[in-house]
Amino acid sequence: MSTTPPLPGHQMPHEDYLNATYGIRSWLLTTDHKRIALLYLGSVTVFFFIGGLLATMIRIHLLTPTGYLVTPETYNKLFTMHGVAMIFFFLIPSIPAVLGNFLIPLMIGAKDLAFPKINLLSWYIYLVGGSFVLYSFATGGLDTGWTFYTPLSSIYSNSAVTPAVIGIFINGFSSILTGLNFIVTIHTMRAPGMTWFRLPLFVWAHYATSLVMILGTPVIAITLLLAGLERMFHLGFFNPALGGDPILFQHLFWFYSHPAVYIMILPAMGVISEIIPTFARKPIFGYSFIAGSSIAIAVIGFLVWAHHMFVTGESVYAALTFSFLSYLVAIPSAVKVFNWTSTLYKGSISWDTPMIYAFGFIGLFLIGGLTGLFLACLGLDIHIHDTYFVVAHFHYIMVGGAVMGYVGGLHFWWPKITGRLYPEALARIAAVTLFVGFNLTFFPQFILGYLGMPRRYHTYPPEFQVLNVLSTAGASILALGYLLPMLYLTWSMRYGKVAGQNPWPATGLEWKTDSPPPTENFDVTPEVTWEPYDFQNRPDLGLTAGAPSLAPAHGDD
Amino acid sequence: MSEHIVSPKVYIVIFLALMVGTTATVWAAYQNFGQFNIVIALAIATFKATLVVLYFMHARYSPKRTQLVIVCSVFWLAIMLAMTLTDYDTRTPRDSRLAPPAISHLFRA
Amino acid sequence: MHRTGELYGHFETLEQQKETATLGMWVFLVTEVLFFGGLFMTYTINRHAFSTAFGVGSNTLDLTLGGGNTVVLILSSLTMAMAVWSAQVGKVGWFGIFGKVRWVSIFLIATLVLGTVFLGVKVVEYKQKFDHHLVPGRGFDIRYRSEHPTASDNPKEIAAEKEELEKAFAKDPDINAHAQLYFSLYFGMTGLHALHMIVGAGLLLWLIKGSFAGRFTPQYNTPVEVVGLYWHFVDIVWIYLFPLLYLIDRHQ
Repeated sequence: MSTTPPLPGHQMPHEDYLNATYGIRSWLLTTDHKRIALLYLGSVTVFFFIGGLLATMIRIHLLTPTGYLVTPETYNKLFTMHGVAMIFFFLIPSIPAVLGNFLIPLMIGAKDLAFPKINLLSWYIYLVGGSFVLYSFATGGLDTGWTFYTPLSSIYSNSAVTPAVIGIFINGFSSILTGLNFIVTIHTMRAPGMTWFRLPLFVWAHYATSLVMILGTPVIAITLLLAGLERMFHLGFFNPALGGDPILFQHLFWFYSHPAVYIMILPAMGVISEIIPTFARKPIFGYSFIAGSSIAIAVIGFLVWAHHMFVTGESVYAALTFSFLSYLVAIPSAVKVFNWTSTLYKGSISWDTPMIYAFGFIGLFLIGGLTGLFLACLGLDIHIHDTYFVVAHFHYIMVGGAVMGYVGGLHFWWPKITGRLYPEALARIAAVTLFVGFNLTFFPQFILGYLGMPRRYHTYPPEFQVLNVLSTAGASILALGYLLPMLYLTWSMRYGKVAGQNPWPATGLEWKTDSPPPTENFDVTPEVTWEPYDFQNRPDLGLTAGAPSLAPAHGDD
Repeated sequence: MSEHIVSPKVYIVIFLALMVGTTATVWAAYQNFGQFNIVIALAIATFKATLVVLYFMHARYSPKRTQLVIVCSVFWLAIMLAMTLTDYDTRTPRDSRLAPPAISHLFRA
Repeated sequence: MHRTGELYGHFETLEQQKETATLGMWVFLVTEVLFFGGLFMTYTINRHAFSTAFGVGSNTLDLTLGGGNTVVLILSSLTMAMAVWSAQVGKVGWFGIFGKVRWVSIFLIATLVLGTVFLGVKVVEYKQKFDHHLVPGRGFDIRYRSEHPTASDNPKEIAAEKEELEKAFAKDPDINAHAQLYFSLYFGMTGLHALHMIVGAGLLLWLIKGSFAGRFTPQYNTPVEVVGLYWHFVDIVWIYLFPLLYLIDRHQ
């Protein structure tokens, strides 16, 4: 490296994690959690596009009752591959591996995660798993449904089940390692003064998420391994023709896959808990209840899985127990929603883009959560099981909840990640577009399901056409809502206004370092002496009682 | 550094206890305790596993945090086993198993 | 991520680094418990449903080899624990022609040898199962051994096995299929366990290399301790596998 001194009067750019080292190697072999987060950001976006493309084809196919676009067999593959790509390769890693990876060390005042090399390894494992799944998509596709129910997946399916199962098995270890890294980091790497009850709620939410990751993921790994072995060697674990029990597969599968829903929604709740106090300029209401409810959701989430199996032939007594326990999840979820709304009370609310996403999240999560109670009800579930009601319900949670939280979080921390502000007006338009498009897409599906349209069918009776056309129209607006942020966020990386350390201003530790942060995150190890979300007693940020309130900085002011 | 060094004497005592446990489990397997055979076998195995965790893995001398981690793993395993068994144990005999078709003719018998 | 001696740059102290590594291994072992847990769940449901077939299958296993292996593995746990101890106290001794050697190296090598013996015995056991047509698949035949005894088989044993099988077939006519479930689980569980042993052996080799280079001292022995935790966990899995697979129905 040349050491030519800069010309007089020429200012060298500030060194940060993005420009500290150069070249493709410095990215592919990085152990910096911030760079790994960006690697994840790129790769989950690829899978989001693949999943989105498949969803588009599904919606186009369903424009007409008979379905013109694809054959029935291909239709089965479309919704299966959409589910696999979105759930295992977008939703589960999205917030934890991108935002969590980037922010947890910054928020707790650490230089990096506890195991930086394992962090990088987890990204490579994700890539290997993803490659297997893409190979399966490309060589015959997958038509078992994302649930891989046996014996369809292990005996009868003629599609490329084996590579897909191997891919998801491998990908599971990426998730496990991420969760392990987070838990250990939060336990041992906190800065002086950063006690458990000073942690940002985002970190609490990720702690709960990591619990689910490390306790649930190994079970799906072994389950898919057994199903894969059954397919490859014709064993009989889950094959009734050989004495095995297919319902056992579903028990093991849902032991992970129900809590996995909380892997998707809990981090989004963490994001919302950060955004709301910042744009209401008020400490969050009921900090310890929100923190505790994250853990409660993670724990109770493990006690409810068999509500996915009410119609499989499991014992009625077990079904009753699981139905009852499923209602319990509503309690901590409601605690969160009440606390967010209470935080808004008498707050000084500004309608910035992240806040619009947060409001969108609360509304959509409310609808998604309350319809979840319909499905937890044993009697009603028999009626609406496997209808579009279920499809609408979980899209309200996973897209309305998790993706809204993800996109909102990306906007909120974009200035920290890139050092640049995005154009605010455009961003607000995009947020509203997303909200409208989403509701238009999925609300008609509640009605469709309640009227009896089953999910996973490639045709439907003509009287359902109006609602299906509405849904497809909504999907195109939704697509626009996703493309817009993608374009202006990319644009802002180069042309956006420089953000400064703390544009909103927010109170977390991550806002006390440069944007973008230096490789080591903080020049000196910070010491935490303040309580979380305190907008009154932070002279270090220019926030004191009586001082004129600071307006958020916008990219197009 | 405040680590606790376990003396080799303790290790050897634990090893001998594990050997006794192994002998006991083999002996018990040859006795007919009816349905309690499996209970006894699992009780001895759990006893042995506890010894290994407490002494060989130093859990007895570890911070509370590590002990909590261990308890969590056992607790979640118990959730999985117990909650799944709520299904299997409460099925009526008729639907306790999806009746497999007669298949003996498929195999060389 | 720069490194000063044994301390990685993102940690403040060696103690914090050690705590982190140990906690990381424990959390990893939690995932292992749940990983094997899924197998144990499958085992429980199937054994409950097909107790006759599982009993018959279990009785074909060689108790001498299985019990011997249990002793070998527990002994290897002892030597592993001793390796951790020798690293903690930094014990050095004279070993004949090799001269001055660190005890930690000796105990690590002993652990590796015992682990290899265990795997070797496992190979012998697997081979027996292949010879007796007890590997799940088209060729599976639970009666094969009793109908095709070799010269080395004890005729009394064969007669007893025949009688046992007759009784079992009377109880459960599909026993040939159901015993396959037992052997699928036998190979699945012991195979996964053996895979963990192989990984453990690899880790031991890495430790042995480090111990000869003098990396492990009373101040810094985290790798030995962490690998030790893993090794003991693999031992615990076997402590459960042994009665569950070998000792289902011995009292008949």
